[in-house]
Amino acid sequence: MPRAWKFGENLNTDEIIPARYNITIEPKELARNVFCEIRPDYAQSVHPGDMVVGGPNFGCGSSREHAPIAIKGSGAACVIAPSFARIFFRNAINIGLPILECPEAAAEIADGDELAVSLGDGKITDLTSGKTYQAQPLPAFVLQIAEAGGIVNFLKTHTIEDLV
Amino acid sequence: MGTLVEEIFSRKAGREVHAGEIVLLDVDYIMSHDNTTPLAIKAFREIGKPIADKDKLVIHFDHAYPAPNLLAAEAQKKALDFIKEQGLTHFYHQGVCHQVMIEEGFVRPGAVIIGADSHTNTYGALGAFASGYGSTEIGVAWVAGKTWFKVPPTILVELEGSARPGVYSKDVMLYLAGLLGMDGATYRSVEFAGSYIQSLSMQARIVFSNFSTEIGAKCGLIAPDAVTVDFLEHETKAAPPYDLVQPVNPTYERIVRVNVAEIEPQVACHPDVDHVKPLSEVAGLPIDEVFIGTCTNGRYEDLEIAARMLKGRRVAPYTRTIVTPASALIYKKALENGLIQVFMDAGCTIGVVGCGACIGRHGGLLAPGERAFTTMNRNFIGRMGSPEAEIYLGSPAAVAAAAIEGKIVDPRPYLEAPYA
Ligand code: SF4
Repeated sequence: MPRAWKFGENLNTDEIIPARYNITIEPKELARNVFCEIRPDYAQSVHPGDMVVGGPNFGCGSSREHAPIAIKGSGAACVIAPSFARIFFRNAINIGLPILECPEAAAEIADGDELAVSLGDGKITDLTSGKTYQAQPLPAFVLQIAEAGGIVNFLKTHTIEDLV
Repeated sequence: MGTLVEEIFSRKAGREVHAGEIVLLDVDYIMSHDNTTPLAIKAFREIGKPIADKDKLVIHFDHAYPAPNLLAAEAQKKALDFIKEQGLTHFYHQGVCHQVMIEEGFVRPGAVIIGADSHTNTYGALGAFASGYGSTEIGVAWVAGKTWFKVPPTILVELEGSARPGVYSKDVMLYLAGLLGMDGATYRSVEFAGSYIQSLSMQARIVFSNFSTEIGAKCGLIAPDAVTVDFLEHETKAAPPYDLVQPVNPTYERIVRVNVAEIEPQVACHPDVDHVKPLSEVAGLPIDEVFIGTCTNGRYEDLEIAARMLKGRRVAPYTRTIVTPASALIYKKALENGLIQVFMDAGCTIGVVGCGACIGRHGGLLAPGERAFTTMNRNFIGRMGSPEAEIYLGSPAAVAAAAIEGKIVDPRPYLEAPYA
């Protein structure tokens, strides 16, 4: 079962992936060091489909795209937070990392809780506590970008009009 | 019906859109510069499709131009090869990208412009939606000619009253940054309005839109009016007719009201843009470098304020004073009207037009332990060179006074008694 990895507020892009590791944009390579300073066990123990649960203003700091790429490369299925920093929000969508804004879920889900998330309708279920939450559903076009593995890949076989 | 950003987006979308919706819109222009174009080229090559409309691309060399080192020279050569290969015609190297975008007429009320630079917000002063994006996204927009937007909610900042003599739009904006904080407007469109904004020249208004980035705003807009039309007609290449888009029965998320008559000259102190204090609280702080320039305050009016104070005076012997006109057009006007002469007689160094010392790559880097007082918009650690240097931000008048005395001082006595 996918589990929650919980992080605090104002998590900046340097805490997601320190600048010294940004010498590559290879997702798997970046994923080896994702959260290495604040959560050293993450990269070792994360399972594909696990979810990152953060605090307000997730991904603040620089505009670098390495941060969402690193999280996606780790196999995380999505990031749930009350709010995201503006450029992180866009970068995440464009590189194909689904993100869900849901203040209640982000506050109440505990580290290690088992989660089930339906990206299409934004439903988040905490199987450990038995609670359900409703995040703003992801628009269909964001899901399409995610399925293609990011906007650059999407555009190789589609035009941007295919998004809407 | 809606706020200014909702109105601009609704026109582009051809239907009424509201905050929270995600829309796919045509963009009028896609701006990038020597620092950000190389990564956009990388994304573009990866997609492997042609540019949708070459007329939409505008590329500037301004951040480190002419190249101060081999690395920059190589990057610029690659970008230039791309420009030639694609036959792009909107290529400029005559000053800070944002200033040149306005002068060359790319910015019009109601336009949607995206740029690979966080201060693309600047164009909001003319009633255009404009915002900064990552390089990959710029490469995508080259191919698509469009991009997706989440329509932002709006904070209305209503500025009423008249500023006291010696208090400039920069002081008022710094005050707002202190009030709202660095993330005070994240995701938001900020609309600057009120009798104070209406009374300002376009050059002074631009400061607000430019600095809106520093409070996290997606865009910083000012509804176009007669001042906008006059400016567009006389100081840019944007020919009429203009679409004077206005908010219509807007719903604001928050309204902030400030009486500007209460504001003193302000300073943003090391190391955050929202670490703002009245200038009087930091008076006496020694200054090693004064830098007058950038997309925030390197326009003709700014130079004029500084020149009026420096006329017939000398800058302090150990305070490096650099004046970098934001564009060639401004430089030329300053030359014709004797401002450059005043600066040179006062002992200033005139920089090459462009970003200059603003990003710590050329044009006046700071050594460890040095302190700069500048008209810039950012004072992050390491921005102008050494991470052990300090940066303070102020109005053109405040920094010119510091140049004369070698320390932060109230500029008002110099304004009251200009050299005759
Ligand atoms: S002048 Fe400074 S803030 Fe403005 S575009 Fe250039 S580097 Fe950026």
